Amino acid sequence: MSETNLYPGLNLGGGHGEAHEQAESTVFGFWVFLMSDLIIFGILFASYASYLDPIGMAGGPGPQDLFDMKSVAIQTAFLLVGGTAYAGVSLAVKYETGRAKVIGWLLVCATLGTGFLFFEVKDFIDQAGKGGLPQASGWLSSYWALVGLHGIHVLSGIIWIGAMAAQILRRGLDDVVKVRLSMLGVFWHFLDLIWVGIFSFVFLVPLL
Amino acid sequence: MSLDTSPVFGNLDWNVTPYTDLLREVNSSTIVGAGAASMLVLGAIAGVGLLTYRRWWGPLYRNWLTSPDAKKIGIMYIALALIMMARGIIEGFVMRAHQATALGTLTQEESGLVAPDHFAQLFSTHGTIMIFFVAMPLLIGLINFVLPQQLGARDMAFPVLNQVSLGLTAAGAALVMISLLIGKFGTGGWTMYPPYTGIDFSPGEGVDYWLWAILISGVGSTLTGMNFAVTIFKERAPGMHFMRMPLFCWTGLCVAIMLIYAMPALTVSSTMLVLDRYLDFHFFTNDAGGNMMNYANIFWMFGHPEVYILILPAFGVFSEISSTFSGKRLYGYTSLVIASMSIAVISFTVWLHHFFTMGQSAGVNIAFGIATMIIGVPTGVKIYDWMATMWRGRVRITAPIVYLTGFFLLFVIGGLSGIILANPSIDYQVHNSTFLVAHFHNVIIPGVLYGMLAGIHYWFPKAFGFRLSEKWGRITAILFVGGFIFTFMPLYVLGLMGMPRRSPTFQNPDFMPWMYVAVLGAALMLCALASLAWTFWTSYRNRRALAVPGGDPWNGSTLEWSTPAPVPEWTFPHIPHVQARSDWGEMKRAGDPWKAPEEYCDIEMPASTAHGLLIAGASFGLGFAMVWHVWWLAVLSFLAIPALLALRGMRVIEPRIIPAAQVEEADRRFRQQVANLAPVTRAEEETERNRGVPDISEFAG
Repeated sequence: MSETNLYPGLNLGGGHGEAHEQAESTVFGFWVFLMSDLIIFGILFASYASYLDPIGMAGGPGPQDLFDMKSVAIQTAFLLVGGTAYAGVSLAVKYETGRAKVIGWLLVCATLGTGFLFFEVKDFIDQAGKGGLPQASGWLSSYWALVGLHGIHVLSGIIWIGAMAAQILRRGLDDVVKVRLSMLGVFWHFLDLIWVGIFSFVFLVPLL
Repeated sequence: MSLDTSPVFGNLDWNVTPYTDLLREVNSSTIVGAGAASMLVLGAIAGVGLLTYRRWWGPLYRNWLTSPDAKKIGIMYIALALIMMARGIIEGFVMRAHQATALGTLTQEESGLVAPDHFAQLFSTHGTIMIFFVAMPLLIGLINFVLPQQLGARDMAFPVLNQVSLGLTAAGAALVMISLLIGKFGTGGWTMYPPYTGIDFSPGEGVDYWLWAILISGVGSTLTGMNFAVTIFKERAPGMHFMRMPLFCWTGLCVAIMLIYAMPALTVSSTMLVLDRYLDFHFFTNDAGGNMMNYANIFWMFGHPEVYILILPAFGVFSEISSTFSGKRLYGYTSLVIASMSIAVISFTVWLHHFFTMGQSAGVNIAFGIATMIIGVPTGVKIYDWMATMWRGRVRITAPIVYLTGFFLLFVIGGLSGIILANPSIDYQVHNSTFLVAHFHNVIIPGVLYGMLAGIHYWFPKAFGFRLSEKWGRITAILFVGGFIFTFMPLYVLGLMGMPRRSPTFQNPDFMPWMYVAVLGAALMLCALASLAWTFWTSYRNRRALAVPGGDPWNGSTLEWSTPAPVPEWTFPHIPHVQARSDWGEMKRAGDPWKAPEEYCDIEMPASTAHGLLIAGASFGLGFAMVWHVWWLAVLSFLAIPALLALRGMRVIEPRIIPAAQVEEADRRFRQQVANLAPVTRAEEETERNRGVPDISEFAG
């Protein structure tokens, strides 16, 4: 594949040789995978909307009873700052400032992601205490499924970060690892994107 | 039920096999059930025995199961599909045989070959198998085999992921298969609509078998779609512009895009039903704010694009064979591309026609009805294009052309009955009747089945080095055409007479003549199945006479015919530089197409790996354990999957290098052989003189 056909945004820059070219198809493939994942979230958003009415809530607790906007704001801060922190990883990989920096930034991302999960799980436990279990109504089923799926994605992202840190320690920053770090970056930002939707649509809309 | 769950074996015990049913009560239904289970057991024993006796385990593992070669993966997909198809067709026959004996009376309602519950399992597994484990693996297998060769690529973009996709599909198929022997399958039809399939009305393992088979194989199909898309976008040979791609690649691209966008809907609806059944969620229950209409809505968001996922590759095959076997250039290439893409896009806007009667407003219904009628237009364009391709061509009536002719005649009828059903007010009258059953079989069998079988016949020499017997190929095709007509045309009539689909019994004696015609047709379909198996067997025995080492038995025009048959694992000794649409045909026009490349290089191929096999094993374990509530096994299998991924990620995997000298030696031998073989004219294409080297002066494609 000639240099002129490489898309900016998918790749690492000419200085990275093979990894630069590999990224073209591999990272593109990962974008395609995320498009597919996005459809899953899209359908869950639509389902949430369809259950967000008195019939869907079936007399169970509703948004006013369950949502703690302060906690949601804290989660948002953790997640979005965590997303921004991944820029540290990308820049350290691109300008080859050493694996210690890459791993350091990865750990910052993982810590902020864990902070997000801590508050999210705390919210889920609080809501369950108030009778807001997914078994209580169709609306709560859709709420837990959508927000829970995002949480599982964040957890997978953290596990992936751990796996990548282990790979960097063992294999060094070889071409394959660089491409995988690019994909992880796309995934990590994707979680922010979904969260923006969840924050506005799941939490803000019912409280307006 | 959950009270009896054993911590070690879950809900499994000795009372779950059809043999216990047979011991409890001997009647035709339990005999059929136990017979089916015995066929599975005996088939498995025979398979294992054969592999052991011929010492094939090693070669099977080394050359096939661990191979990331897209061509071999494609062949394995097709083999899986043909095994499942045998079961599906036999089930179809049992259902027809049942209904031919199911005339009940008002006093004695139950009659017929099998019990009502057994009949319900039959139509559920038949639909599930035919859609997910026959049609899908057939088309995915064919695309896997053909697409890289037509694009001038050595392999898929992600060869190991491809292996994983096959593994997931096979794990799903294995779950459906094992339900014959262990436990029962669901009775909710292939769509498994709740609330009937919710835990309240369908406790037990049946629906769970369906759910886990669908979820596991669905993930495989999503990954396949992604793989196809990236291969087409990024791995084309230099000069293979989009508008130079063969039509089969275009339909492959449509399929890829549709898999990527449609499969997630199935994953979501099935996961929601899993949550409802296992964790007591309320997505689709009758109480607590559940809404089953959401299921129908989400399922068909997948389900309608799915039918075009099935049909488009067949359209791709018909585009290739109509041109090759008519000795003419494909008529209206651009219009076929536009039509394929239009179908792919419009197919996402018609799903609501599957539930016109659900109670939405007339305005919504009519919008979807119009969209449904519109999708018939590009399909019509295609039919005219193929007819125009054949018009005044020198058509050879080979087996693929018999399939194509059957398709022309029958698919148009199926399409027109679809246009009838697209009108909501007519749909209200005939929905849920056998008219509908006749309609969708009328598009899927002449479309998908004929298309895929034609494709197998067409590309078989490329895979195995010898042609399939034309005589038996044509007999099979004619049997499938006749079998279809006799089985399903009566169902149109029965539907208009008011017979509901999926009826285990009925009281109207006027149905009977049509039932007898249909069971005759089903017997013809069985003959067609046997004839298909015989085609493979007799061709295998005559493989020396049918061998086509020259690799181009049909005087084709696309890149895959430039290589030897069977095609070597590296496909091309040197990645071709494509100059034109139908590049191989243009090279024939220019004179000496079999020119050796100027230089040979080392070729990098992905190393063999058991990764896909291990993932398949873990996901089968997960599915089976979840069906039977064996929680420890479920947790272990589930954790095994990320562990396998993480372990593979830690290792540095070197590609396998095939040295240039080896490639050069094989390639020079091939070119020497081509030079020595006598070219064959079209008139003699079917005879033993066809050694795969066509008379290029006759090329007119």
